[in-house]
Amino acid sequence: MKRKKIIQFIGFLFLRGCLYTVLAILLILLYDIGKNGGGAISWEFISQPPRRGMTEGGIFPAIMGTFIVTIVTAVLAIPLGMFAAIYLNEYAKQSRLTRLIRLSIRNLSGVPSIVYGLFGVILFVNILKFGTSILSAGLTLGLLTLPWTITSSEEALKTIPNSYREGALALGATKWQAIRTNVLPYAIPGMLTGTVLGLARAAGETAPILFTGAAFYLPFLPRSLSDQFMALPYHLYIMATQHHAIQQVRPLAYGTALVLIVLVLGMNMTAVVIRYRLRRKRRW
Amino acid sequence: MRWFRKGRWRRSSSIAFELIQAFWGDENGDLSVPGERPSSQSALRKKKKLSGWKESAIKSFFFANGMLAVIVLIGIFGILLATAIPAFREIPLAEFAKKTWDPTSPEKPVYGLLSMIASTLMVTMGALVIAIPVGLGVAAYLSDVAHWRIREVVKPIVEILAGIPSVVTGFLGIVLFGPIIAQIFHTGNGLNAVNGSFLLAIMALPTIISLSEDSLNAVPSAYAEASLALGGSRWQTLVRVKIPAALSGIIASIMLGMGRAIGETMTVLMVTGNARSFPHGFLDSVRTMTANIAIELGEVPYYTTHYYALFAVGLILFIMTFIVNLIADVILNKYQQREL
Repeated sequence: MKRKKIIQFIGFLFLRGCLYTVLAILLILLYDIGKNGGGAISWEFISQPPRRGMTEGGIFPAIMGTFIVTIVTAVLAIPLGMFAAIYLNEYAKQSRLTRLIRLSIRNLSGVPSIVYGLFGVILFVNILKFGTSILSAGLTLGLLTLPWTITSSEEALKTIPNSYREGALALGATKWQAIRTNVLPYAIPGMLTGTVLGLARAAGETAPILFTGAAFYLPFLPRSLSDQFMALPYHLYIMATQHHAIQQVRPLAYGTALVLIVLVLGMNMTAVVIRYRLRRKRRW
Repeated sequence: MRWFRKGRWRRSSSIAFELIQAFWGDENGDLSVPGERPSSQSALRKKKKLSGWKESAIKSFFFANGMLAVIVLIGIFGILLATAIPAFREIPLAEFAKKTWDPTSPEKPVYGLLSMIASTLMVTMGALVIAIPVGLGVAAYLSDVAHWRIREVVKPIVEILAGIPSVVTGFLGIVLFGPIIAQIFHTGNGLNAVNGSFLLAIMALPTIISLSEDSLNAVPSAYAEASLALGGSRWQTLVRVKIPAALSGIIASIMLGMGRAIGETMTVLMVTGNARSFPHGFLDSVRTMTANIAIELGEVPYYTTHYYALFAVGLILFIMTFIVNLIADVILNKYQQREL
């Protein structure tokens, strides 16, 4: 009897240890970035382009580049994700085809990001002749986030009770009218917040933009969608591994990492908070 | 299907039936009863017909969007295959099985994939050795031991971990964990397979934790209650009843974590050292398939054998992750259909 208790004590201790290990690792990660990156952050760092072979100055073009490319991603991914989700949740029936679509979505979310990069190089850069540009990179990232936007948009649609649809239909509305007037207005906030989570992931991705449009160094901001661009994650990669004076630019790399992580986690948390609010506010 | 439905619209005798059909769609064909056609409502019928046409156009539009995922998946496979085929044509298949990958050699380029594949598998396995016990431990703690308040706090924190961009993880691997690993194992700079495995484990953890916890929670409480009633301790119940009952979900979560580890690019590119030689131990510097593509695609001239060979590597990578994800999917589906 006693032995059983001791084993249980040790076992639970191990489980607790696992949890504390994970939390400690996360804390160390965030603390290290926050401490070392905080020192590099200044107004100049945020608002100026890099100078003197990227050993001085700021990361303004990289911030703008990431911002612009994320907008292109959103323009592609949000409508397509929503439309696909509407089909899956409102129209699709339990059929082999629907199962195939769902299987594809789950599998797409597991395709390595570098493979999306290869796909983008061939389709957008070469076949569609967009060149290495914001457009190519944004479209590649858009496809990458598609499974996320579809899944989260569908989650939002699922929260709308069926009585809303039935009410409209009972009054003589067609299916599309019912969706347009009684489902979408209530689902769109949720769909958008879910999509922001996917966009946050896209903003932090590096591998897909390596060959589709990210530039090593550009002193100006891009002027059109067919220009190359600097991006925060790619800039961090350059500063961390490719720069000729790596030790010298460490503080700048830390600063870049901090800005990137604040941006991505900020987007994440905004979405999570809004979603939480939406859920609490609405009682069906 | 369209003519069939048109017939039904005409045959339906009352507005009520039309409404029922509008709601149920075409799956309940037997709802329509043969009746006398309402002759006075021809204007309404025309309108209905028009809106029926519009409705089906809208439906087709959404259907096309729904099919997009399938098209993209097939498109990725097709494009990789089409670009990789010249490589398979120009390079003898036996050469792929060699250990040396040296496509830029001035005398004779060699395209052996073995070192790369071995490196990928090694780093992935190392990551799983760390991530499985820790991830399962956290999942079990959250589902069985922790107070629900702790769970509510920890779950979002684990999501934060999932949200950290891979390039940031890689950067920390260089500046933070690299020196520590170098000190512990007395190696030069700590950029080796261990470092890669460690970081990939961190990245696979959120997947493993959240999915395993879900499946542990899905185990019916009657199972646990029966075990406790028979005098089992909570630990015994967890290890001998709940984990075996949730095993399929746990395995699926591990497969998904593994898929993520195989395909991860930036982290391994930054921390594993990228030596092209065949790995002999975890302290060796290795170059995985993903890292190899990332390093070489930027430098290679377009439409050369080397270029095609890189797409062949990508194709193999795609197939590997596809199979791993498919296995996870099959397991999860079976598990969801199982009666609990």
